[in-house]
Amino acid sequence: MAIHEHSRPKLAAKARLRFDRREQRFMLLFPERGLLLNDTAIEVLQWCTGHCTIEMIVDILAAKHPALPYESISNDVVTFISRLQLRGLIKG
Amino acid sequence: MLSADTWRRILREAEVLGVVQVNLTGGEPLLREDLETIVSEAHDLDLYTNLITAGLPLTYERLARLRDSGLASVQLSMQSAEEESCNWMAGATVYNRKRAAADWITDLGLPLTINVVLHRYNLHEILDIIHLAETLRAQRLELANVQYLGWALTNRAALLPDPCDLDQARALAEEAKARLAGTMDIVFVTPDYYTGVPRACMDGWGRRYIVVSPDGLVLPCHAAHTIPGLAMVSAIEYSLTQIWEQSELFNLFRGDGWMPDPCRTCSQRAVDYGGCRCQAFHLTGVAAATDPACQFSPNHALIEEAQIQARHPHESALLQPRLLKGVP
Repeated sequence: MAIHEHSRPKLAAKARLRFDRREQRFMLLFPERGLLLNDTAIEVLQWCTGHCTIEMIVDILAAKHPALPYESISNDVVTFISRLQLRGLIKG
Repeated sequence: MLSADTWRRILREAEVLGVVQVNLTGGEPLLREDLETIVSEAHDLDLYTNLITAGLPLTYERLARLRDSGLASVQLSMQSAEEESCNWMAGATVYNRKRAAADWITDLGLPLTINVVLHRYNLHEILDIIHLAETLRAQRLELANVQYLGWALTNRAALLPDPCDLDQARALAEEAKARLAGTMDIVFVTPDYYTGVPRACMDGWGRRYIVVSPDGLVLPCHAAHTIPGLAMVSAIEYSLTQIWEQSELFNLFRGDGWMPDPCRTCSQRAVDYGGCRCQAFHLTGVAAATDPACQFSPNHALIEEAQIQARHPHESALLQPRLLKGVP
């Protein structure tokens, strides 16, 4: 099911967010694998609770980054979440 | 057997070292009644815990307790999609209990990985195995062609598949992987006997993984203790950080200073890390030798002989019964 503005993305049960003290960065951990997350990734993932829509998440980010065009934020968020969805790390 | 308090201390040391994921394995970890305490400690340290089990001593209630203690994931072994084959390969009546375990795991909301060790006797079943994993709602399916060490090396003549059968199985796995992207991860591991390149065993000696055995030995891999003459070191005596950074054992095959020719100047050495030391030892008698699986190994003929045998298997090749170590 493709991601669109009304999707409510939720982090999959198998994926866990961890703040790593050593790296001083957030990681996304899942069986046998892990991803180091940059600041933008964390900004998006913290809202992937199944309650917020993509539209809401983009609005939140746009408010935090007023210098960036809304469209580019929207594209980045959809691309990012779609990639994680393809890996089974995000549902919905 | 180490006490739960000792394991908790080891987990704390692991977290300090920088470990982020813990695989609880054995033998059979469920045989420890205090497993929940250990899982709980790992959870408190924010470590991602994965239980690797044959599923036999499992009950729904036990699994619920483990989940509530913070267990993140379960990996269940499966020998075959077919009851009779599965029981024959495991040497015990396991099939129904494994299927029940799989259902409990997913009913409790735990992500399920199914691990199938592939060889000549079950390779042809690959579609049925994939279908079973889908039915059991697995998130991940590991189709792991057996590594020829220990029991599998002794029985290699019976186990090593024909290369054409392998190619076909891999193609089917790749199709299913594409079809199931986002629903179930499928990993197909080809035996290094046919790739001509050594596998990046453990992703490099002492690079990403640390193993602590049930009696506290700290190892770079599960089979390192089978190489004679290596200086063993225990978590009872030293911290994991000390062992990881300073021990002779962990530094023995790190980097490329130890590598013989042709590995030392090979363009692939930062990709395959020189392959498997245990395999090098068990096939050539020299732990530091080029892994014979590599086409450039002076001992590659050992692998080629095995390949030829696999094309013409003896019908009567004796499969010595596997000694059950609690992990069918």
